Amino acid sequence: MDKSFGDLKVLDELSFRVDPGERVTLIGPSGSGKTTILRLLMTLETVTPKADPEADGGVVWVEGRPYSHMEKKGRLVPANEKWLRQRRSRVGMVFQQFNLFPNMKVLRNVTEAQVHVAGRSKEEAEAKALSLLDLVGLADKTGEYPSRLSGGQQQRVAIARALAMDPDILLLDEVTSALDPELVADVLAVLRDVAATTSITMLCVTHEMGFARDVSDRVMMFDSGRIVEQGPPEAMFSEPQEARTQDFLRAVLAE
Amino acid sequence: MQTGWSNETLREIFPAIWDGFIVVLQVTLVAGIIAIVVGLLVAIGERNGPAWLRRPLSLVFQFIRNTPLLVQVLIVWTATSLYINPDWSAFAVGSTVLGLHYASYTSESYRAGIDAIPKGQWEAATALNLPSHRVWGAIVLPQMARRSAAAVGNWIIAMFKEVPTLFIIGVMEMIAEARAFQGQHYTGAVEGYTLAGLLFLAASYPVAVAMRRLENRLAKSNF
Amino acid sequence: MDFQAVIESLPRYGEPLLVTVGVTVASAALALVLAFGLGLMTGSRHLAVRTPARVFVEFFRGSSVVVQLFWFAFAMPVVLGIQFDYLIVAGIIALGFNYGAYSSEVVRGAIAAVPKGQLEAATALNLTPLQKLRLVVLPQAWPEMIPSLCAFAIMLLKASALVSVIGVLDITWLAGLLGKQPGQDRLLHYAVVLVIYFVLAWLIWTGMRALERRAKRGLGIEAKVQKGRLAPAVAAGGVD
Ligand SMILES: Nc1ncnc2c1ncn2[C@@H]1O[C@H](COP(=O)(O)OP(=O)(O)O)[C@@H](O)[C@H]1O
Ligand SMILES: [Mg+2]
Repeated sequence: MDKSFGDLKVLDELSFRVDPGERVTLIGPSGSGKTTILRLLMTLETVTPKADPEADGGVVWVEGRPYSHMEKKGRLVPANEKWLRQRRSRVGMVFQQFNLFPNMKVLRNVTEAQVHVAGRSKEEAEAKALSLLDLVGLADKTGEYPSRLSGGQQQRVAIARALAMDPDILLLDEVTSALDPELVADVLAVLRDVAATTSITMLCVTHEMGFARDVSDRVMMFDSGRIVEQGPPEAMFSEPQEARTQDFLRAVLAE
Repeated sequence: MQTGWSNETLREIFPAIWDGFIVVLQVTLVAGIIAIVVGLLVAIGERNGPAWLRRPLSLVFQFIRNTPLLVQVLIVWTATSLYINPDWSAFAVGSTVLGLHYASYTSESYRAGIDAIPKGQWEAATALNLPSHRVWGAIVLPQMARRSAAAVGNWIIAMFKEVPTLFIIGVMEMIAEARAFQGQHYTGAVEGYTLAGLLFLAASYPVAVAMRRLENRLAKSNF
Repeated sequence: MDFQAVIESLPRYGEPLLVTVGVTVASAALALVLAFGLGLMTGSRHLAVRTPARVFVEFFRGSSVVVQLFWFAFAMPVVLGIQFDYLIVAGIIALGFNYGAYSSEVVRGAIAAVPKGQLEAATALNLTPLQKLRLVVLPQAWPEMIPSLCAFAIMLLKASALVSVIGVLDITWLAGLLGKQPGQDRLLHYAVVLVIYFVLAWLIWTGMRALERRAKRGLGIEAKVQKGRLAPAVAAGGVD
C-alpha cells in the first residue's frame, strides 16, 4: 500500500502480512510512518489510491476478506462507512494520548461502546468492565473522572476499554511514551499479562526494547515508510544485519 | 392596504431610505468615536483610576451593558427634552447614548486586551522605573491595541446595526424614513424594510469579512 | 418627583413583565434550537449541507435585528398575504432567528474545539456518527458553549424591549404608557423598567453560572471562580 499526505509520500509500496495471534513490534525512527500504518489499520486514514487503477494492491485484507475496500460489481472500491463499521469491530486501538472520554467516568468509558455498539445489556457490560478494570489494577477507580487519574492509570483504562470490545486485533501506538518514567512499568505489566493470557493479534509500536523482546514474535524495522529488516526479536536485537537498524538500536539503547 | 411587492413603490421610497442610510452612517461615525474613546477611558479608569472611582465606574457600566438600549435612549431623551435643554437634537442625544452603550462593551474588550499583556511587561516597566504615562503610552496601550482591535471593530459593526433603535426619538434613519413614507402613501412597508435590511447586509458583510481577516492577521503576527 | 404615583402603579407591571419574560424565553428557545441545527450544519463536511446554513447565518447576522423585527411584523404579512393575530409572534420569530444565527457560531466553534483524538477514539470503538455526536462530542462541547450562550441570552433579553415598538404590551411599552398619564413621572417609570431588566439579566447570568458549574463538574473539572461581574463572554468576532 501507498500513503501520501499531499506531496509527502509516507508509505511506499508497503506490503506485509501478520498471522492470527502473532505479536508484531514495529520499530523505527520518528516520522518513519509507524503511526500511519496503525491508523490505516484502524481506518482513521485511507490508503492513497494507485495512479493505475488496475494495479493490484493498496488494499488491507483481514481474515481473508477486504477491509479497507469492499467488493462492488466484482471490483474493489474504497469502503463506505457502513462496510467499515461492520469490519472494524474486529480491531481495537490504544492511543499514545489515551483519548479517554473526559465526560464519562472510568466505568462508563469501558461500558459505553459495549452497550451502544456491541449491543450488550448494561449489567453484562458493567460486569465485563469491572473484570477488565480489575485486570488492569483499577477496580477501585471506576467512579472517578479520567481527569483525576494519572497518565498511567488513564492508559490502563484505555487498554481495558479496547479489550472490552473483544477485538481480534489490537493496535498499540507508543502507549507508554506520553507517560512519566515511573508509570511505564505498570502499563507494560498489563500488556504482558494480556499477551500471556489471550490470543489477540497485536501490532505494537514501541521504544521499550525489553518489552518488545519478551512479548513479540517478530520485530519490523521501518525507515521512510519501508521495511528495512524484520525477524524474530532475538536475532533483530543481537545481530541486526542492516546499518540503519544497528544505528537505531544503538541510539535507543543508549538512552 | 398594500398587497405585495411593487417596483413602483421601490423607486419612490428609495431616496428616502437612502437618506436614512446616510444618517445611519453619520450616527455610526459619531457614536463610534464615543464608543472607542470612552471605552478606553473606562478600561483604564477601572484598572488604574483613583480607588473611589473604580467601583462606581464599573457598576455604572455594568448597568448600562445589561439594560436595553431602547429604554436608555428613551430615558435620556425624556430627561434632556423635559428637564435639561429641549433644543438638543435627537441626533446628538441618540448618538451619545448609543456610543456610551457600546463603550460598555468596548471597555470589556480593552480590558481583556490589557489583561492579556504578560505580567513580565509590567514588572519590566517597574524595574526600569518608567513613569506611569510612559508605561501606558509606550508599553501597555500599543500592545493592547493589537489585541483589542478586532474585538472593538466587531462591537462597532454591532453598534452600526443597532442605529435604527434611535427612530424611537425621531432620528431620521431608515426605519423612521420608511414609517414616514408609509404615513404619506399608505404603502411601502415591504419595499422599505426589505431595502433597509439589504443595505445593512451590503454594508456590514464586507466590513465583517475584512474584520475577520484583520483578526487572523493580528493573531498570526507575534507582536 | 412623584414617587407615590409610581409605587402605586407598580402592580400594573405584573402582566407586562410576564410578556417580557415570555418573549425572551420563547425566542431564546427558538434561538437555541436554531443554534444547534445551524451550528451542526455549518460545521458539516458536506458542501450541500453547509452552504444553505451558512447563507442563513450570514443573512441574519449581517443585517439589523431592529429592521428584521419590522420586516417580520409589517412586511412579511403583506408578502405572504397573512395576518398576525398576535404581533408577539413576529417578535419571537425575528429575535429567535437573529440570535439563533449568532449563537450557531458558538455551537460550531465549541464542536470544532473538541480534540480530534476524541473522535478517533470513538471511531476505534466503532461508534456510529450519530453516537459520536451524542455521546462524545456534544457532552464535551456543551460546557464550553454556556458562557457565550449566556451573553447572547442577556443580549436577547435587552433586544426583547424592541417588541414594544411593534405594539407588544411588555414592560417598556407600559412605562411609556404610564409615563404619559397625568400625575406620573415618565423618568421614574423608565428607571423602574431599567432596574427590572437589570435584575432579569442578573438572574440569567446567575442561572447560567450554576449551569456551567454543573456541566463542568460533569467533566470532572471545577469551574474557575470568575469575578462577580456581568461581562460579555462573547469571544472576539462573535458579534460581527
Ligand atoms: N495528517 C498528516 N498530515 C500531514 N503529514 C502527516 C500527517 N500524519 C503524519 N504525517 C507525516 O507522515 C510521516 C510519518 O508519520 P508517522 O506515521 O506519525 O511516523 P511515526 O509514527 O513513525 O513517528 C511524518 O513525516 C509525518 O510528519
Ligand atoms: Mg508515531
